[in-house]
Amino acid sequence: MMHMTDVVRVFAEHRGDAIVIPGRSGRYWAPISETAFDLPLGDPAMGGHAGFGLGVALAQPERRVVLLDSEGDILMSLGMLATIAEQAPANFYHFVLDNEVYATTGGQPVPNAKHVAYDVLARGAGYPRAYAFTELDAFTRDLPGILRAPGPVFVTAKVLPEVENEPISRRVRWRKRTADKVVQDLRSALTSPA
Amino acid sequence: MSHTEAAALSPETVIRQMKQNGVTDVVWLPDSETNWLYLLMQADPELRLVGVTREGHACSIAAGLYAGGRKPMILIQNTGMMESGDSIRGWLMGLQVPVVLMVGYRGYTRHGVNSDTAATYTERFLMAFNIPFYLVEGDADAERISVAFAEAEKTKKPVVVLVGDEYHGFNR
Repeated sequence: MMHMTDVVRVFAEHRGDAIVIPGRSGRYWAPISETAFDLPLGDPAMGGHAGFGLGVALAQPERRVVLLDSEGDILMSLGMLATIAEQAPANFYHFVLDNEVYATTGGQPVPNAKHVAYDVLARGAGYPRAYAFTELDAFTRDLPGILRAPGPVFVTAKVLPEVENEPISRRVRWRKRTADKVVQDLRSALTSPA
Repeated sequence: MSHTEAAALSPETVIRQMKQNGVTDVVWLPDSETNWLYLLMQADPELRLVGVTREGHACSIAAGLYAGGRKPMILIQNTGMMESGDSIRGWLMGLQVPVVLMVGYRGYTRHGVNSDTAATYTERFLMAFNIPFYLVEGDADAERISVAFAEAEKTKKPVVVLVGDEYHGFNR
């Protein structure tokens, strides 16, 4: 098991010029980077981050697009894996940070939490490459090679749950932009001269 | 040609409307009778088709395509639209995505007496979500599709085109 902050920190070292969709990990990613190419959307509707990432990747085939997804989102939209595999965007890097629980609602386990092999599901859906990590050393060692090779790639990493029990109204608000502003910022940046 | 055949919405008309309005990607799940439209879209090198396994997925995919600079359209049935309520709210309305959803109106009857609850709740669903919609029954109504595109662009919101009685005649 890894700490979420460590996984995000290691990834940040190799991010390059990729568009990053931090998904449910937004509060860990926001202190590291907050540019027009970072897309912290919060939680527009659960299960949809993978689709959003696919859309961005298809629209911007010359840029790497990295999604930090969660196992709860994946379980809600398993069919999306088949859609992504069929479209096969070579610039899409799909990470799943698997903490085995619904952390924002108190830490209840996701169904069959300890026995679902998400990398196997992804490979079965047609992803050409899928990896699973439980230890930070191996993740740190293999990540550069994973990001150098073409996508679509699926990477699942076991992370320790950081459960939030504070009532939603009392939680620290980490988002600096609304979701629609995030979208407009990206659109503007993509059409601006470099 | 019978009156019914003359009045039917043709798949060629739908494609023409897509082109006129600059659609680049069609995110879709097959309707009951859209195979002929599918064949036409598939044969068009300028259109990308993204097939989904559940209609709600179309919303986040369309949002991502829009964020990346494309102009997507969603093609689903009313049953799937109702299933997609929270995705429409969060991914399309929340992110202010100007997208047209072309929705097969299963169970639609012009006289309003129907035996299919899919039709019973379709317009009520749209009104509850405050989503503008236009009804298209045949080729003569096709310009309403362009009206929907213009409204979506102006309001930065999803707009629905209901295809009355679905696409009779599309399965050739």
